[in-house]
Amino acid sequence: MLIGYFTEQPYRGVTEEQVLKHGSYFGISNSNFDRQLGSDLYNEYLDEFCYAEELGFDAICLNEHHGNPFCMSACLNISAAVLARITEKVKLLLIGNPLPAHGNPLRVAEELAQIDLTSRGRVISGWVRGSGPEQFFNNKNPSFNREMFEEAHDFILQAWTKPGPWRYEGKHFHYRHVNPWALPYQEPYPPTMIPGVLSLETVQWAADRNYPYLGLASSLAPTAELWEMYADRAASHGFQAGPENFGYLGMVAVGDTEEEALELAKYFLFAHGNRLFARAEHTLPAGFNSEGAIKRLSSQASGGWLGLNREKIMGESLGKKELTEEDLHIARSEIDAALQKMRDNYQIIAGTPEHVKERIETILRVARPGHFVFMNVQGDAGKDQRRKNMRLISEHVIPHVRKLAEELDLTSQYDVKPGSRRLASGRSRTRVTHPEILRMREAA
Amino acid sequence: MVGSEDCIEIDLARLVFLRGGAGKPLLILHDELGFPGWMRWNEELGEAHEQIVPLQPGFGRSEQLDWIRDYRDLAAYYARFVRQFGTPIDVIGFSAGAYLAAEMAAIDPGLFNKIVLVGPLGVRPTHGEIYDFLAVTARTHVAATVSNQDAVEFGKIYGGTMGSEQFMLFEAARAETSRLGWQPFMFDPSLPALLKGVPNKTLIIRGTDDLICPLGCVEAYESALPNAVANSIEGVGHRPEIEDPDAFIHLVRKFLS
Repeated sequence: MLIGYFTEQPYRGVTEEQVLKHGSYFGISNSNFDRQLGSDLYNEYLDEFCYAEELGFDAICLNEHHGNPFCMSACLNISAAVLARITEKVKLLLIGNPLPAHGNPLRVAEELAQIDLTSRGRVISGWVRGSGPEQFFNNKNPSFNREMFEEAHDFILQAWTKPGPWRYEGKHFHYRHVNPWALPYQEPYPPTMIPGVLSLETVQWAADRNYPYLGLASSLAPTAELWEMYADRAASHGFQAGPENFGYLGMVAVGDTEEEALELAKYFLFAHGNRLFARAEHTLPAGFNSEGAIKRLSSQASGGWLGLNREKIMGESLGKKELTEEDLHIARSEIDAALQKMRDNYQIIAGTPEHVKERIETILRVARPGHFVFMNVQGDAGKDQRRKNMRLISEHVIPHVRKLAEELDLTSQYDVKPGSRRLASGRSRTRVTHPEILRMREAA
Repeated sequence: MVGSEDCIEIDLARLVFLRGGAGKPLLILHDELGFPGWMRWNEELGEAHEQIVPLQPGFGRSEQLDWIRDYRDLAAYYARFVRQFGTPIDVIGFSAGAYLAAEMAAIDPGLFNKIVLVGPLGVRPTHGEIYDFLAVTARTHVAATVSNQDAVEFGKIYGGTMGSEQFMLFEAARAETSRLGWQPFMFDPSLPALLKGVPNKTLIIRGTDDLICPLGCVEAYESALPNAVANSIEGVGHRPEIEDPDAFIHLVRKFLS
């Protein structure tokens, strides 16, 4: 079991009202950015990652978004480079580099090699397509997003493994001279993990390459279903998927009392949380998703990935409409209802240490991930609240998770190489999840 | 009269097109949302013209072609299509279809006789900006194309609740438009220079309330094309042909006659 710590590194200077009125985090004017606060926060988050190492987390997880106070981290490789030097032993789990947004895979290959060398081989490299707003912010054609992602990924692996110099003429990328001098510390290149939010296409892509898939706070039941699809795909390539092929990221808030934990958990839904990450028109630009994915999303009456549903996708853009006080009141009461719903489906795990241990145990028994990532709260929760949460997780929850992982044989990709469990010819695969346990627990 | 469907194979790819009316052939290049069906203006122009309406590859009916990556590629492909009907031919292009018509004329002015560009995209506006319809939802995009959503024909084709099938067609059209026109957004920096060599008589039509195509696009076309005249239709948006079909038909008939 590999245990990670993650934070979106929220900018803590916007109010809920600002986000609700704008209709999303993405697109709030940077005239609201406070340079002093920004400077303080970047430094605080680096310190927080060091604190995670002190507390015994195995990995610190970094991501990036652009033009968005939801996540201040705009260049994850920069943070990773700093942390490569100021931490000692934690893995640097990058979830992940948005390859189409970068638009220069050779540069990414060089950056990651440098980080892996500086950290002496602690990088776990994740690749992502980037979310919709990233395509707008970086002006990358959403219709070529998947093509660019796949080409950039394949190119980077070549850049790390094929002796240079050589020339590359691809579809979206062209290089006269590929010969990155610095190569990754880990041979032939760092281990990989692919984060995703219930995208079948991404799961299949990951399974085709034996890459572990990290479910990002997705509801437990559909996550288990999706992992069975991963396992099907893996079996079609002749291997049995195991816990080393899966990771689960949970939003976790622990308090000394139930009340304290629930107050803390509300920060995950600060201004509706990721539901207002971006407006529908930015989350789902034309051409960004497959026809099948659009059909699925546009048939959802409610809920849905990043709050998308039929009404939002097929409706009018919000534009700059001002919300009334009554609208704001309704929005806030919806946040309370959403918290309960997300606790019920295991996206948010909040409570006393005992309660949290019990909920995570269910996740481990049902989904059997070999990697578990604790995500800290969003919004403007203060430094002390954030650190107390980390400390309680470390003192009370992590020991239990490790013990249980041992008992359930939840192997990480450092314990068992993904794809190494070969299926004997003619043998069918075994199940990788146990949704019946979830049904039994829900019934009880 | 309703256009009948036909299809043609160019390099083994199926290009579906509609044809209807009788008389001198007239090429119709639809806009970035796809051809909405046979409207009143098609009926009336059909009295003197056989209209040929290719349905753009990738918009749901004609096969998408991976190698077509910008409007100039598409223009070269359509040039092959048009030659099968005999050239020169008159053409009307709407919005992105006007962009396409201009690219075709730039490649080979001999493809066309007279050219009508309606709410034309394709050139950097001298002032103002082309509306970023890819940064809004399909419904908002559609609504932005007209000044008057109560226009009879607008209601007929886009009124009421949007069905899933219509939504998916819009999304396919918008995805393909994104593929070809994302950056620079819906214009070709070299097109004005090439249009200097296009001697064809050209009529540019724009609604005075057009949100999609700024007046600056019309001015850029006027200064690039040696024989262009511009006409505006009062009180309509980006779809003068359905918002004020009388005025539109009058202008087009007069120009093509």
